[in-house]
Amino acid sequence: MSETATLSETPVAYVRKTPAQALPPPASLVGVLGWMRQNLFSSPANSVLTIVTALFAAWAIPGFISFLLTDAVWTGADREACVAKNGVLPGACWAFVSDRLSFFIYGFYPIEQRWRVDLFFVLGAIGVAWMLWQKAPRRDIGFFYFILVLPIVSFILLRGWDLIGLTPVDTARWGGLMVTLVVAGVGIVASLPLGILLALGRRSKLPVVKFLSVMFIEFVRGVPLITVLFMANTMLPLFLPDNITVDKLLRALVGIGLFASAYMAEVVRAGLQALPKGQYEGAMAMGLGYWQMMRLIILPQALKITIPNIVNTYIGLFKDTSLLLIVGIFDFLKAIETARVDPQWAAPTTSATGYAFAAIVYFIFCYGMALYARSMERRLSVGDKR
Amino acid sequence: MASQEASATGMADEPPKVAFWNDPVKRGYIFQVILFFVVAFLIYEAATNAIENLTKQKIASGFGFWNVTAGFDIGQRLIEYSNTSSYGRAFWVGLLNTLLVASIGIVLATFLGFIVGIARLSKNWLVQKIATVYVELIRNTPLLLQLLFWYNAVLKALPEVRDSAALPGGAFLNNRGLFMPDPTFGPNFNYVTIALVLGLIGYVIYGRWAKKRQDATGEQARYLPVAIGLIVVVPLAIYFMAGQPLTLTYPNLGRFNIQGGLQVYPEFVALVVGLVIYTAAFIAEVVRAGIQAVSKGQTEASYALGLRPGPTLDLVVIPQAMRVIIPPLTSQYLNLTKNSSLAVAIGYPDLVQVFTGTVLNQTGQAVEVIAITMLVYLTISLSTSLLMNWYNSRKALVER
Repeated sequence: MSETATLSETPVAYVRKTPAQALPPPASLVGVLGWMRQNLFSSPANSVLTIVTALFAAWAIPGFISFLLTDAVWTGADREACVAKNGVLPGACWAFVSDRLSFFIYGFYPIEQRWRVDLFFVLGAIGVAWMLWQKAPRRDIGFFYFILVLPIVSFILLRGWDLIGLTPVDTARWGGLMVTLVVAGVGIVASLPLGILLALGRRSKLPVVKFLSVMFIEFVRGVPLITVLFMANTMLPLFLPDNITVDKLLRALVGIGLFASAYMAEVVRAGLQALPKGQYEGAMAMGLGYWQMMRLIILPQALKITIPNIVNTYIGLFKDTSLLLIVGIFDFLKAIETARVDPQWAAPTTSATGYAFAAIVYFIFCYGMALYARSMERRLSVGDKR
Repeated sequence: MASQEASATGMADEPPKVAFWNDPVKRGYIFQVILFFVVAFLIYEAATNAIENLTKQKIASGFGFWNVTAGFDIGQRLIEYSNTSSYGRAFWVGLLNTLLVASIGIVLATFLGFIVGIARLSKNWLVQKIATVYVELIRNTPLLLQLLFWYNAVLKALPEVRDSAALPGGAFLNNRGLFMPDPTFGPNFNYVTIALVLGLIGYVIYGRWAKKRQDATGEQARYLPVAIGLIVVVPLAIYFMAGQPLTLTYPNLGRFNIQGGLQVYPEFVALVVGLVIYTAAFIAEVVRAGIQAVSKGQTEASYALGLRPGPTLDLVVIPQAMRVIIPPLTSQYLNLTKNSSLAVAIGYPDLVQVFTGTVLNQTGQAVEVIAITMLVYLTISLSTSLLMNWYNSRKALVER
């Protein structure tokens, strides 16, 4: 206070008393132009890169849009709608997709029984929502529902049970998206507990347990899924006694489940290794036995930090279900493959349309899971940021 | 109370006796013995059932089929093969085709993956967005769908033979593949090969010498002119001196067929394109994570020392990022190799298509055929992992 007073009393030529008006920011740094200058044209090399990529985008994106939307055929009864007219080939044949949509979803499932599949979709959606929504009520019941009730109810619903008046439907008639979701669902539900057991086995101090776990994990991870499926398909019936016949879909499920659990085991193992040793020692000091320690202390923490990786494994599993078509299971991709060569709709753009539709469906499921994994990652890292 | 008693009885006493089922060590032994016998029993059951089922179905066992005539043709082959060759020969044809696709795919996917991975970190908004869209789109759709798309929707939609698209350099493109001029090497071409190999060896020796000199004196060597001179100029000069011992056979476009030339099959192209585009998206993520793992302080310190952006990337960031990148990159290479087995869906004659497909169908010897196939992939996977572990232990950060 006193200093300013003396300052103001000292005779000086000029001292500014009020702050100067802030100048507007230079035009080259704000607004659209400034943004473009910073992000697109910051240096000559960058400008060249921008122009080249912009030209590429200008070539590719309109082509995509005109094929998928503006030039596409939306209505029609058969291939006539999608063949070239006046020498001009139309875009995507969406009429084909909308005509065959129920085939893509249900395969050869009897039409009058398809409400059961719809109910299965609804029950599954409830289970998934219950599990994913962090603030849902009674998530413990949700877990129980997802891991136990849902599989049993779905099996009875889809397969049928004469006792309660549901006509049995042979799995050979199952098909389309429904099979893809069933296989992915079984893989998701089965691979986590199996993977946890294998991961614990791999880190176990008991040599026989450790050896068997390592052998299984490394063997399965070392071979392509397609050979595992071939093995399940051709060798599983050989290994079983003569009087037991295994359903073809079940064989594929066994293959996919074993394959996914080996990958899951490595993901869980990474989570177990990431926990500080003090957690183990603390649990042991409390007098907990091995299984109590795992159930109450270790696994809850280890699984929580690996949720993003577990979901990523699920994405891989979901994509891998498409391989079932090679061993003759009628999954979603097989339904597309069958429909696209059907003479009723075989037109020059039918194949591309079918694949585009399949890509969109797979993308929605996989990207949805990826977004969830990312949001979990953010949520889990909140504690570290402080 | 209890502690008083314990101290009263003395420290030297043995721990209190517990029942053997409460002793973790003994319990562990019992559990392992039970597990061992369960697994052994399952394997025994499976084996006896398999033998019984096989004899019932009158399927021969053993590897006698290896020398039996195969009787089917294979379109693409790297070694001599005809339908009078044996199943064993077919196996080698398939294995070599798998290795061919894998090695070409790995090289191309690495290039594309590094470009996209760096593009995802670019300060250029447009480049970064395009790279992101590419990675998300490719990673979230199944590889099999992409392969079918490339094969059925793109390559099969190419023009018929008589409407072949002529490419510059005398090549033709149609729905039967790409027909390129076929190079024939004259006897004098050996000199060129020898010159090339010697040039490469010379360059490696020069590199070592230059590095030693730089370590000793700080003088930087010029690598590029030496490389061009040793690897390009000298072999090229020898090529002309030897009288250009390389002749090209151009493909001849007929009405219904193309004669001569080197045919690249559409199955091969679809598989390579599909695998490269799919794997590159994953490699891009590996590269991005690796570069992001190098802390910003490293770059800033390097700038503070006066290094320009180029050398900073070369000498500071990339060597540290590679340490993070290499292990997941290897597993992507293995994934590409294993994924090449999807060739069976589009009919490229790889190991699985030829051996686990055709040979298995013809002989019915599922156990032997699948065991051999799995053994091949296991050998590739495990030997690569061993190599990587060795590399990792050499490159790992040496900590105090």
